[in-house]
Amino acid sequence: MKFSLSWLKEHLDTDADIHAVADCLNRIGLEVEGIENPADALSAFRIAKVLSAAPHPQADKLQVLSVDAGGEPLQVVCGAPNARAGMLGVFGPAGAVVPANGMVLKVAAIRGVESNGMMCSIAELELGDDHDGIIELSEDAPVGQVYADWAGLDDPVIDVSITPNRQDCMGVRGIARDLAAAGLGTLRGLGEVYKIDLSVPLEGSDAAPIVRTDDAAGCPAFYAQSVSGVRNGDAPEWMRSKLKAIGQKPISLLVDITNFVSIDLGRPLHVYDRDKLNGALVARKAVDGEQMVALNGKTYTLDASMTVIADDAMVHDIGGIMGGEHSGVSEGTTDVLIECAFFDPEHIARTGQKLALTSDARQRFERGVDPAFLDDGLAIATKLVLDHAGGTASAIARSGQAPVAPRNIVYDTDYCRRLGGINVPQDEQRNIIERLGFSVTSDWNVGVPSWRRDVDGPADIVEEVVRMVGLDNVLSVPLPRADGVATPTATPAQSLERKVRRAAAARGLNEAVNWSFLPQKAADAFGGGDWSLANPISEDMKVMRPSLLPGLLSAAQRNMDRGASSVRLFEIGRRYFAGTDGTSDERVTAGIVLAGERSTRNWASGKAARFDAFDAKAEAIALLKAAGVATDGLLVMDDAGAHYHPGQSATLRMGPKNILAAFGTLHPATAKAFDLDGNVVAAEIFLDAIPLKKAAGFMRPAFTPPALQAVTRDFAFLVALDTPANDLVRSIKGCDKDNIVAVRLFDRFVGQGVPEGQVSLAVEVTLQPSDKSYSDDDLKAISDKVIAAATKLGAVLRG
Amino acid sequence: MMKNIATLQTDLMGAIGSADTLDALEAVRIAALGKQGSVSALLKTMGSMSPEERQTQGPIINGLRESITSALASKKADLETADLNRRLASERVDMTLPAPETPRGTVHPVSQVMDELAEIFADMGFAVAEGPEIEDDWHNFTALNIPETHPARAMHDTFYFPDEMARDGQKMVLRTHTSPVQIRTMTSQEPPIRIIAPGRVYRSDSDATHTPMFHQIEGLVIDKGIHLGHLKWTLETFLKAYFEREDVVLRLRPSYFPFTEPSVEVDVGYSVVNGKRVIGGAEGWMEVLGSGMVHRKVIEACGLDPDVWQGFAFGTGVDRLAMLKYGMDDLRAFFDGDNRWLQHYGFNALDVPTLSGGVGA
Repeated sequence: MKFSLSWLKEHLDTDADIHAVADCLNRIGLEVEGIENPADALSAFRIAKVLSAAPHPQADKLQVLSVDAGGEPLQVVCGAPNARAGMLGVFGPAGAVVPANGMVLKVAAIRGVESNGMMCSIAELELGDDHDGIIELSEDAPVGQVYADWAGLDDPVIDVSITPNRQDCMGVRGIARDLAAAGLGTLRGLGEVYKIDLSVPLEGSDAAPIVRTDDAAGCPAFYAQSVSGVRNGDAPEWMRSKLKAIGQKPISLLVDITNFVSIDLGRPLHVYDRDKLNGALVARKAVDGEQMVALNGKTYTLDASMTVIADDAMVHDIGGIMGGEHSGVSEGTTDVLIECAFFDPEHIARTGQKLALTSDARQRFERGVDPAFLDDGLAIATKLVLDHAGGTASAIARSGQAPVAPRNIVYDTDYCRRLGGINVPQDEQRNIIERLGFSVTSDWNVGVPSWRRDVDGPADIVEEVVRMVGLDNVLSVPLPRADGVATPTATPAQSLERKVRRAAAARGLNEAVNWSFLPQKAADAFGGGDWSLANPISEDMKVMRPSLLPGLLSAAQRNMDRGASSVRLFEIGRRYFAGTDGTSDERVTAGIVLAGERSTRNWASGKAARFDAFDAKAEAIALLKAAGVATDGLLVMDDAGAHYHPGQSATLRMGPKNILAAFGTLHPATAKAFDLDGNVVAAEIFLDAIPLKKAAGFMRPAFTPPALQAVTRDFAFLVALDTPANDLVRSIKGCDKDNIVAVRLFDRFVGQGVPEGQVSLAVEVTLQPSDKSYSDDDLKAISDKVIAAATKLGAVLRG
Repeated sequence: MMKNIATLQTDLMGAIGSADTLDALEAVRIAALGKQGSVSALLKTMGSMSPEERQTQGPIINGLRESITSALASKKADLETADLNRRLASERVDMTLPAPETPRGTVHPVSQVMDELAEIFADMGFAVAEGPEIEDDWHNFTALNIPETHPARAMHDTFYFPDEMARDGQKMVLRTHTSPVQIRTMTSQEPPIRIIAPGRVYRSDSDATHTPMFHQIEGLVIDKGIHLGHLKWTLETFLKAYFEREDVVLRLRPSYFPFTEPSVEVDVGYSVVNGKRVIGGAEGWMEVLGSGMVHRKVIEACGLDPDVWQGFAFGTGVDRLAMLKYGMDDLRAFFDGDNRWLQHYGFNALDVPTLSGGVGA
């Protein structure tokens, strides 16, 4: 919502300058988004008199002027045909910046003659489109004065952001009323502002136009008046300049009047060319499929939920949102019908949303215009038409009734202290809300003014009081604090997530935050997403991710494109699934992508090393450990997912069903789909699958190191090539739990000496004696058990 | 005899002195003290000596043996040291060569700031609450006093899921703010309540300063006798703790949010240092927070009695807080995963925010 300071002062009698106005607006909740003063750019330009004009010796189209701009006469070269001795114009001296093109004026020779500045055109000062010659000012213009001051251009324009509840401030007058209530000045009477006596109806003798509302829900009230014999030319200069100042292009008198009243009073109107109408004008529900070409040139197809204004022939207005092209006023319009209606806010909002059509009228109607302002609004509009377009007014047509039932709130003045935290004396509270237009009875029954649709409870009254008293005056009060130091607040899941995050960063991984949404293709390649947006911002951001890897892979690819040789990324975030009951099942997951070089080429180790699946496995296990999982007991099984290399990937499971992590080399096809070359390895840790530790106190079990030293024995077995090494390790570990405390695989060999189809696996078995050292017989017995356990897997001890 | 011994000693000492390897020294030792050695031969002669002779010759011969033995030992030590030094000299490595590199990992600023906020608010008794990002219309809008035709909905640029995903007649949406966590908390736990709720939020908006996904943090206090003054104190305390500056100045402006009444927007003062806006002072104002007293209708919607329970709520952008504290100027870079950016703005794993160590890093 924009308005100029002078416009505001039409309604508000005040001496306040722009800064005082802006401060007060912010203080009372009308946020100032910006202040622009068109005069700021023109401060260097002064009124000047052309003392003499002589032909330029070198150029036919130029003249050499002597100009009085308030000091010594200056020589100025000028190309304007209208430049002549004796005229008054606007002079830009050296150093001034021309608003239209940003050029800094300099003292320079033009075709050999020195020029000390420029006489300016309207267009050069961005005051209009006229660039046919230099500005000509009236004879009484004071030479030497700053032009903008004299021309009244020193009128700052304020841009205020109006919150959706304050429809009353969608007009300059409403803002003036709020400022007056805040003590910034006095609100002038509306009759004084418009020089109209609103106590008597402004009615002519012609018959009222026939209008009717058949849709009391959508259009509870439809008032209209016609004026015949009008001339639709340009609006008066004062109206044009006000509209221009706030960036509205003047169109024609009749259109400008509706725009002006809408901005000045927050009262949208519509004006029809009566010659284009056939029969009565009726507010009714549209017929499904009915169409209208709107004033914006677009055709809208309507449905039966929408309120329209139509005559016998067609729809002329999408009620309260936008008029139709057919019956819009034009230069030749002579008879007009002025519509002043009340449209239901909810209806307007639904229609506007459905049609995706927004307008100044919709913005006001959907917030709710003052239902008690139909007669006055119509009278003011008719007066403006009569004053500036001539013609004679008809009688007034009124159909329906706007919702003007009084609204009252029982208010307890102590609520201000209890909710607002500030004790405001009763008298002051009464003064404040009365200044805002509320009525107050002796027992604090507060009547809400018709224009304050937003106020519907005692908390709203507290807000009115507090914003007028000033939030600065509310004192800070500490929240009551529990005794002692702060207690921990993180849930076990939150603690786990924090540990995993910091462990990953400590291991050299960089945390990324990627979009939650993926392109359809990427989601499909990772198991498919359950949730696809109906209105994605682009096809690349459509499906809620079922995996963190696509986002990480895209990020890896972008890094590679920027020349990175090694990428180590991780992310902790949610994957999105649909729960069985239709709710969202969001699972916190850590994803890791390692791409490029694990280590660069190096003087000590030679060539660069690339990541392999075991790097991913190492990360998965490290992060699971950080999360408190005893990783030694995990099962290593297949089925990591189709996006992995089928022979170089696995899952880590706690029991056969609970998958805690998946890792491996990325499937080459997946890597290719993300434009990544070479080995890319990845891991996913399903944090939501990790059982949370129950709080068990802080006491650790006692430290009881074994009295006797452990011994190790090495065994080498030949097993079938497809036997998982971990099966061998696990079965040895399990064969004598009293003695075997660790089994570590340290060698794997295929080749000479190992039969085709087999592999040699060597393990180091750690034995822990308990009460006495092992005898040879003991060791033999344990060794036999180890061999027997291995034999069950088809393993043969190597000689 | 005496003269012979003296000569022998001189010869042997000469031989020891000129032995330049351990092997040569060993040869001298054998020649002197070995079974056939010259000194051993003299020692053997003592057996056939008369007691008187032995008394005079014995000490001389033993003296010879001792001096040779100790000269051998000392020379041996010298030669060994020289050998070791030679070896060490040959083992010299260029210590200016680079050591193996270890990659440096980082924590994303959004995570770091969320940890900072959790730490600060824990001290004020606020727990961290969570809620789904895919929400139903009721939690995201209706329960927050934003009915379907409310103009505020238009301000939210909501991402919707198709009608067939609707649940109990509620359209599913991507939450447009963290405020639905207020509803989920109030409907699932008894007051008094003090929570913060950080997380991802979504708006279908994308330009230089907006991304379709960003992070918010919500705060909620529901108790008896909570008023606007408590809200003001909480926000002042939080912002001072977060920016770790005492000169943080707030400007509260009346505003409008459907779910609070009265509603308050909060600006924080900044000063300009080296052309950059730095929080602190009051040279200008930046909007940082929306807040207010929780609307009666919201408390009622959650099944609580608004005549008993009241409180305040606030919300702010986590990404924005990070930018204001640490100086990033492009929001889009937060979500690009550019390793260079992560290395530049990311945090060390061990920079865990603590009250004793300072929350900032």
